[in-house]
Amino acid sequence: MNPQTELELVDAITGTKGPLRIIGGGTRDIGNPVVGETLCTSSLSGIALYEPGALTIVAKAGTSMNEIEAALDVENQRLAFEPMDHRTLLGTNGTPTIGGVVATNASGSRRIAVGACRDHLLGVRFVDGTGTTIKNGGRVMKNVTGYDLVKLLAGSYGTLGVLSEVSLKVLPKPETSATLKIHGLTDTQSVYALSMALGSPFEVTGAARSDDTLIRIEGFATSVAYRLAQLKLLLAGFGDMTVVTDPSASQAIWTDITNVATFATRAGDIWRISVKPSDAPTIITAMPAGTKTMMDWGGGLIWAQTPAGTDPRIALSAKGHATLIRADAKTRAALPAFQPENPILTALSQGIRTRFDPRGILNPGLMG
Amino acid sequence: MDMPPPDQFILSRKAEIVARLQSVLPKNTVIHAESEVRAYECDALSAYRCPPLCAVLPASTEEVAAALRVCHEMGVPVVPRGSGTSLAGGALPTADCVILGVARLNNVVETNYGDRYIRVQSGRTNLSVTGAVEAEDFFYAPDPSSQLACAIAGNIAMNSGGAHCLKYGVTTNNLLGVKIVLMDGTITDIGGTHLDAAGLDLLGLICGSEGQLGVVTEATLRILRKPEGARPVLMAFNDNEVAGACVADIIKAGVLPVAIEFMDRLCIETSENYAQAGYPDCEALLIVEVEGSPSEIDEQLAVILSIARKHSPVELREAKSAEEAARIWLGRKSAFGAIGQISDYMCLDGTIPVSSLPMVLRRIGELSKEYGLRVGNVFHAGDGNMHPLICYDANKPGDLELCEEMGAEILKLCVDVGGCLTGEHGVGIEKRDLMVHQFSPQDLEIQMAVKDVFDPSWLLNPAKVFPLNVSQSRRHAAE
Repeated sequence: MNPQTELELVDAITGTKGPLRIIGGGTRDIGNPVVGETLCTSSLSGIALYEPGALTIVAKAGTSMNEIEAALDVENQRLAFEPMDHRTLLGTNGTPTIGGVVATNASGSRRIAVGACRDHLLGVRFVDGTGTTIKNGGRVMKNVTGYDLVKLLAGSYGTLGVLSEVSLKVLPKPETSATLKIHGLTDTQSVYALSMALGSPFEVTGAARSDDTLIRIEGFATSVAYRLAQLKLLLAGFGDMTVVTDPSASQAIWTDITNVATFATRAGDIWRISVKPSDAPTIITAMPAGTKTMMDWGGGLIWAQTPAGTDPRIALSAKGHATLIRADAKTRAALPAFQPENPILTALSQGIRTRFDPRGILNPGLMG
Repeated sequence: MDMPPPDQFILSRKAEIVARLQSVLPKNTVIHAESEVRAYECDALSAYRCPPLCAVLPASTEEVAAALRVCHEMGVPVVPRGSGTSLAGGALPTADCVILGVARLNNVVETNYGDRYIRVQSGRTNLSVTGAVEAEDFFYAPDPSSQLACAIAGNIAMNSGGAHCLKYGVTTNNLLGVKIVLMDGTITDIGGTHLDAAGLDLLGLICGSEGQLGVVTEATLRILRKPEGARPVLMAFNDNEVAGACVADIIKAGVLPVAIEFMDRLCIETSENYAQAGYPDCEALLIVEVEGSPSEIDEQLAVILSIARKHSPVELREAKSAEEAARIWLGRKSAFGAIGQISDYMCLDGTIPVSSLPMVLRRIGELSKEYGLRVGNVFHAGDGNMHPLICYDANKPGDLELCEEMGAEILKLCVDVGGCLTGEHGVGIEKRDLMVHQFSPQDLEIQMAVKDVFDPSWLLNPAKVFPLNVSQSRRHAAE
């Protein structure tokens, strides 16, 4: 099914009997596998409103990220949460959509400084499992009118409703950006250095560890130069440093970190693990043998490439949670993609799902 | 503003209910004498008052759970209360309810500078969260103007904002986790010290749910390192629309100030008479504040001032010292108090797209003439969060109703231009009946269905947020 309008989307959901597998551009095949008729939102497309002076964009859910980014580019603005493009890691084709970004709360390296997709999402329109069209939030930056279903829909992977329109906060692009690299640190040293940088007044907008420990600064050129100099002084004791001052070379580093490019061509399962930053080194040590890791968000996000079929959640012992992002069919059938929550939260989430989708037809079982 | 009639059966069992609560709570936790419960009869929307059946002041999460279990078993409504600073009537009692105050839950549980969070009990005041970390040069960003008094519990209930949220976001953007007690006494943690939800974003749902889904007893809050410095600049214009255009141009230019505040003539004059900040004689005034090192501040202000000059300002005043900076903020910070000196007022907080600012200000001026009530405008211009202060005379019969009627007109206008009824104060009882203007019956039904999940018997703050006739069947079914 490929509805062209919100009304057709309503008809599609109302008229269906069996389960639906909901996709935007089909580039983010994450979660427990769903068996059902495919409902694709990519024809619900187009930017409905863009007000650069109000820092807001409203677009139909199937609008391609290319179209969104091109429109923002003209006004020198961007989606500041740096949405991840999952094609690199998952090897998928297709065109990522803004609805897919929202449904998966796809947020990149800048999340540590400015918040995730859910923090930039101002409003949604969606059709729930009964075929009812619902709006929540709006297109203004401050809105506490009624319950915040906007946050609830972000990252709900199409299990509560099918998004038809989203409105997002956008921000100006900075004049320039640069990256400070510290070479040769252990995970523990790296998290410590990143915490010092993030705990400084120098407005770090990226804090990651791949081979090197990486720190990003963005802003006016003189300001970037000043803050880089201050960070070099602050972190002088950690080891050898180099600086990438060419803005496009700097951005390329962060695009690769956000999209987990280093793990793209390697075999094995890929897990995304959300933890308290200072716990990250211990958790990494406790991972299954043969695991490779990188960190983003100052250590708060671990990307782990594990031997196929192993479950790194044994390493977590109730600290944070892990999501299976990429694996072969056998592993996906064996391991729940989303980490089970405590029975109270599971019951609340199940209760919400039952209210939004009483027939259980929207991506059933995808989140567990 | 109507409230549902109290349940006579509950009123008749007051002694029994108090005794049950006393049996599960420590001494001096249950307040039931008529003279003492009067302290909880209203919040900052003080035009409406009603003493509760009784009040409980638990000192731990377990005590909160014990109190809620009793109320749940006995079918008694509970109205959670932080510090009682709600401008929307969020903590207004009914005669048949138990007020659950979290004021005694005010400890810091854990501070972690490396991971940049603080865990506090929810009765702790907003400003004292920053107070607990400022020795290490950290701060908690959301800064509602009641921050000296307001509790984190209330901040979470209303998803409070403040002047500096243009850069730092509101409560929901700075909240990592909560410990929450559901109406049946179940205790659970949601979120924690990591950034993302494991499943559905229930934390995002709790924040801003106006105490209708559970009682938050602990919160894990993101703390930030203080900037090296901050400096405001004052800009005076002879036209509201020009000031509005200047705001849009600043935002488009790629500078992101931490705050852009707007005051109109009535607010400028009134606060000048009250606080003598030395504001210029003008129609509209902007205060724009930026942060960074001294040279970074210079650079950002140079960009901002060059934009302002293109809009023919009456005056541009850059703070050259901490004292001058304080004077620039003095009038803005005194504005509410100053208006309060000359009149009773109702403060609205509808939010509009910034592009609609000139039109909405013009229309508010027209409504002011039509209704014969003065209106001052002072607001967070960067994010379109207006604060029209409608002046009325509480001693004049009918004036409050007239003021409320005009307020409703303004809020409907906010919705009609693409905005919302409330940007940071919450719905409470104040905007409850206007919800149907912003939301369809289906939009409201699904929100109420969420409450059904957390509080099936509709006992937690039941008479708020949703229009009474819309929530009636659920509230009655629960009885």
